[in-house]
Amino acid sequence: MIAIIMEPLQYAFMVRGIIAAVLVGIVCAVVGAYVVLRGMAFFGDALAHSILPGIAVGYLVGGGIRPTLFWWALIAAILSSLGIGAISRSTKIKEDTAIGVIFAGMFALGVALISTVRSYSVDLAHFLFGDVLGIQNSDLWLIIIFGGFVLVTILAFYKEFMVLSFDPILAVTLRLPVRSLETLLLVLIAVAIVVSLQTVGVSLTVAMLVTPAAAAYLITNRLHGMMIIGVSIATISGVVGLYLSYYLSIASGAAIVLTCTATFGLIWGFQSVRRLSKYNR
Amino acid sequence: MTILQELQKLSQHLSKKRQPHHADAPILRVQDISVAFETGVAIKNINFELNVGERLAIVGPNGAGKSTLLKVIAGIQHSTEGKIQIFGHDPGGHICIAYVPQRNQVDWQFPVTVSDVVMMGRVGQMGLFRNPKDRDWKLVNHALKTVGMDLYSKRQISQLSVGQQQRMFIARALAQEAELILMDEPLTGLDVSLQEEMFRILDHLQTLNVTVLVSHHDLKTASKHFERVMLLNKEMLGLGMADQVLTPENLVVAYGVHLHLVPTDDGMLALGEMYGDDGT
Repeated sequence: MIAIIMEPLQYAFMVRGIIAAVLVGIVCAVVGAYVVLRGMAFFGDALAHSILPGIAVGYLVGGGIRPTLFWWALIAAILSSLGIGAISRSTKIKEDTAIGVIFAGMFALGVALISTVRSYSVDLAHFLFGDVLGIQNSDLWLIIIFGGFVLVTILAFYKEFMVLSFDPILAVTLRLPVRSLETLLLVLIAVAIVVSLQTVGVSLTVAMLVTPAAAAYLITNRLHGMMIIGVSIATISGVVGLYLSYYLSIASGAAIVLTCTATFGLIWGFQSVRRLSKYNR
Repeated sequence: MTILQELQKLSQHLSKKRQPHHADAPILRVQDISVAFETGVAIKNINFELNVGERLAIVGPNGAGKSTLLKVIAGIQHSTEGKIQIFGHDPGGHICIAYVPQRNQVDWQFPVTVSDVVMMGRVGQMGLFRNPKDRDWKLVNHALKTVGMDLYSKRQISQLSVGQQQRMFIARALAQEAELILMDEPLTGLDVSLQEEMFRILDHLQTLNVTVLVSHHDLKTASKHFERVMLLNKEMLGLGMADQVLTPENLVVAYGVHLHLVPTDDGMLALGEMYGDDGT
């Protein structure tokens, strides 16, 4: 047993990958609580995809230096989220349609830009599905700094975000700066997505935001409980997923997400069985 | 909303600076308020004042603009013309107005307990990073006791009955230390005994000197339980004592053909639309 646990840890890339998966899990599960409660799953997924042109430009400009990629991805995410807000506010188009327009357009732009580089040294698949085992020490520092920013900000505005999500009208009558808080929350979601980019990739990031938080939502009645349980599910899934990836030779990002999904399924199944047995008694 | 206003609100929220209250000014002054939507005029030239401790019911048919008027006063809806004054000031710096929402506007599955929701009324006064202090808890517990909800404080909000949900929001308004409470159709969907209980709470609010403004669609309970009523159908058709405002002549103007006048022993009983209100 101990040998099974210790064996992958002799590789530095596995240790870095596990640290990254745990950190990303924490950040995404906390932000994810608001994403789930506000019904922003589609927005989160779209935002993750619309980062792609940012990565492509970052690659063309910086030649693969990670911090450059990171910054361009962040710019693309923030521009997309502001663009979606602007379209749905200034026209009669509903928000989900605006999301669809921006998301598909940005994603296509990213694919187009990447296809112009023939000698692309890094696979498009790494961006789409993550490359957690390729994480460097410098990447870890970026995750720590930006993830820390997200967590501290949520700690500071926990009450305000709760009011805003539960009862926007109360937020107005309490004279909270509603527009600033809304925008701040969008930026936090964008940062969380960019932070998790390398772990699970743009296609699977939404799972990190939504699945642990949703699983936690099934078993708790408190917002902070949802965050704490969500963080536990996400960190355990991150570690278990990477071990599965190591021993079964499956893609690491997919393994992490599948473990989250399996946890959600277990909780849901357990609750359904319990509810049924209650009725039958 | 301009960025400047937003920054002002941000600094107000962080510094917790609020407008002073002048006791000699009326708590609410509504001056020439009109609201027009793309679909047409919602309310037109509304003028009235409320003094501290008053209780006023706004009655009128569906689509009369009752909710719109409440929302303008709460600051949720911008008026096309006119202005609102709270204690003689611009409403921007005041957090003494509470709005009790219609029940269908709330996500009852939200992971919060009754005391969490009531504590939300305190958020305007708490600072960043701060946990609720003794005074906040005292106010929350006292508010819950006032509306008879102290035994339910740990319940998740979906486990409440309709009457309990309503009382929880009144407790939140009290925890907010609101001096003006706006309620949008608080009696809709309540059976007679729950309505009686709601009026007992409203009576108690009056002893606390809290001013209450309620939108209401049942003329009978309005005239029975409210000294002053306003009859509204886009324009203000009357404001004053119930028996002087809710006259058959006025009601025909307000309700038109939808009104049913029923003769009773002591004159005519007017029945408005009793059921359903789309909240416009």
